[in-house]
Amino acid sequence: MQKLQFPRVGEEMYHQVMENGLNVFVSPKPDYQKSYAFFATNYGGMDMKFCLDGTWVDSPAGVAHYLEHKMFDTEDGNALQDLASNGASPNAFTSNSITGYYFESTEKFEENLKILLSFVSVPWFTKESVDKEQGIIGQEIGMIEDDPNWQVFMNLMAGMYHNHPIRVSVAGSVESISHITAETLYACHKAFYDPANMVLCVAGNVDATRVCEIAREILPKQAGPIAERDYGDNEPATVAKETISIQMEVSAPLFQLGFKGDVEGEDEAGQRQELLAELSSESLFGNSSPLYAKLYQQGLIDQTFSYGYESYTGCAFLCAGGESRDPQAVRVAILEEAERIAKEGIDEGLWSRIKKGCYGNRVRGLNSFENLCINQAQEFFRGRQFLTFPETFDTVEKKDAEQLIANWVTQERSALSIVTPKEGK
Amino acid sequence: MYTMKYVPLREKVSLRTINTKKFKSNWLSITFSIPLEKETAALSALVPQVLRRGCARHPDMMALSAALDELYGGAIEPVVRKKGDTLCIGFVTSFLDDVYAPDGSAILEPAVALLSEILNAPATENGVFRADYVESEKQNQINNIRGQMNDKRRYATQRLAQIMCKDEPFGIDRLGTEADVAAITPASLWTQYQALLAQASIEVYYCGSADSARVEQSIDTLLRAIPADTQRVQTDCDVRISANPTPNVVEESMDISQGKLAMGFRTGGVSVWEPEYPALVMLNAIFGGTTMSKLFMNVRERLSLCYYASSTLEKMKGLVMVSSGVEFEKYEQAKTEILAQLDAIRRGEIEDWELEGARRIVVGSCLSTLDSQDRLEDFWLGQASAGLDEDMEALTARLEQVTREEVVAVANRLELDTVYFLKGLEV
Repeated sequence: MQKLQFPRVGEEMYHQVMENGLNVFVSPKPDYQKSYAFFATNYGGMDMKFCLDGTWVDSPAGVAHYLEHKMFDTEDGNALQDLASNGASPNAFTSNSITGYYFESTEKFEENLKILLSFVSVPWFTKESVDKEQGIIGQEIGMIEDDPNWQVFMNLMAGMYHNHPIRVSVAGSVESISHITAETLYACHKAFYDPANMVLCVAGNVDATRVCEIAREILPKQAGPIAERDYGDNEPATVAKETISIQMEVSAPLFQLGFKGDVEGEDEAGQRQELLAELSSESLFGNSSPLYAKLYQQGLIDQTFSYGYESYTGCAFLCAGGESRDPQAVRVAILEEAERIAKEGIDEGLWSRIKKGCYGNRVRGLNSFENLCINQAQEFFRGRQFLTFPETFDTVEKKDAEQLIANWVTQERSALSIVTPKEGK
Repeated sequence: MYTMKYVPLREKVSLRTINTKKFKSNWLSITFSIPLEKETAALSALVPQVLRRGCARHPDMMALSAALDELYGGAIEPVVRKKGDTLCIGFVTSFLDDVYAPDGSAILEPAVALLSEILNAPATENGVFRADYVESEKQNQINNIRGQMNDKRRYATQRLAQIMCKDEPFGIDRLGTEADVAAITPASLWTQYQALLAQASIEVYYCGSADSARVEQSIDTLLRAIPADTQRVQTDCDVRISANPTPNVVEESMDISQGKLAMGFRTGGVSVWEPEYPALVMLNAIFGGTTMSKLFMNVRERLSLCYYASSTLEKMKGLVMVSSGVEFEKYEQAKTEILAQLDAIRRGEIEDWELEGARRIVVGSCLSTLDSQDRLEDFWLGQASAGLDEDMEALTARLEQVTREEVVAVANRLELDTVYFLKGLEV
């Protein structure tokens, strides 16, 4: 077992690669009441097309999420209730790139960890239970489709991307999930839930050796094959559609504006791009930027305005959105500001403050076990170490951010998605 | 693991400090509490928003953001909370703990100084708030009020509370009404700001690595501009014992594809002040508060009547509110089943695993509050509003003692008051 130390952020972590290929990371937190365990597979909504044992499979949209719902079923009942009755708060989520199962508990940690590792690694599906889930997930899809924030974001993805599966909703549609059977779920579990394709991250008042012993006791002994994935043809740099607008029952127009970025490398260079993109968005339209103040003053954005950078294998983008009386004007203003930055550069004082601000926010974020463990897992899947970000911060320069803004924040790389209030209201 | 200190500073002005090294941030809040009233809610809620726009030294948001970035990305957030019939407005702040500042500088003192400037030296014109800031924050507040309908689940629960408590302060929206916001002027807002400074009861809260003496010293500037010898208000909470003789049923329509059912119960006077309070917490957990509750296990899982069904407790008002997402045509069935689950509890049909499971969850939730700076702050603000001093450890000990009979007794005091259903448009 390797002890990793990150003195600049006051963290340490034990790392063990198990015999079956599972990577285990444990952050000891002796002062805390609770413990948190996050068990994740490198498999999410966008992994629809894959090759296992020499055969290519086109699985229906929404399988990873459907599988997540059904994994809680066990031969004896339901793991959710087993964990809950031990006082643990269990849950799970499926993102575009990963599926994670976790619990937080203040007692019976080892027992809870056994339940977690067991239900995620042992599939138990019957035709009846899979059929019944169609209704529950259908309801969930109905609910998210009613959510204007979800609609505006999904339309942005469809506007920005030509082929990448990020365009497809993680939950799928009522139609796509109707093709899912117990066999589909078993096949996807076999393809992606192998210990060698998974990671276990734990934070709390726990013993790292015990965590590994429990993993050894519960999980399969050997690593199996891991499926190869296909995310479609390479994406052009330009967007598929510049503007997408729909009407819904909302009080004010909502928008999401996206700028298509370069795809990240699956290594430390990727982590550098991530920091750079974060600092670039802060410089361009972040809370401390001159443009933000101007747009806010003009009433073009309000406190619902938020922004960020997202990246997955095969796609990366900056986005910003919220409520606005005139989303097109926001887009024009951002493009003009990017042009100005490309010419005049980012203000020196602003840049150094933004770096301090982002740094402090990242460190403060480590208060959350969830944030720590999920980021550790995601970065690990992409070949990186999460907690080395202070060192990466040291190497990020202003001119790199200026270059990034000049390259990405252009008309051809931007898409705007709008939800406007229904007419006649 | 931590030491807590309560320091009464003046009449109805107090400081609570929690000294611990386990977090990477310092958490500091200042809260002004006044009775929730229709006439002043919109005004009071607007005050921290306008203050946050700029102060004399940092006159606009860009300058304020720059000052926060200099302090390693601290956050000073205006907050408007409702605790029972009390409106709590103020600021919650979080700053990097000095230990993690790469240049080794102290952050607490300059952070408190910045908060003091925001609170005590606002940007003004003609002796009142700047008209442009007031106008744009009014618009934001109006948008927030309108935007409440975007999250349909929350909206349904909020409508339920409004309808159910229409004659109680709790039924007033913490942001006020659109019309009340629209009527605000820079002068009326300034008057309310002065009233808050002079009349509200004030709680300052700190959690972080600094010891109590250092905190007391650092907040001196914060309280300097707050009038010393004024009569500060006593907040109160109206707990109604009885529900409507027959439940009030209200249906409203919106263009949505999934119905939202909300049901409000009165607890027969059981609230945070009563000895039965821990039993009420347990009842809520068994009924709909967890993923192993009767509502989740039966209404959602076994009968597939809805996508979600859960209950929450309004501890000061003595309300239990059920929230459920149902298909329009399953509304009656879901409602009947939700009531049937409560009846089962009233008959004492609580399995051992239900009782003990619920207990483990509520105890775990109490203990894990100690691990979260924001939840801990909110807990202590609630205690301050209620005039209670019981800590989490003591509450946990009481929860451990609750018996099945006590849960059943509380369940039998629950009365259905109001049913609210948000349905789709007729086609």
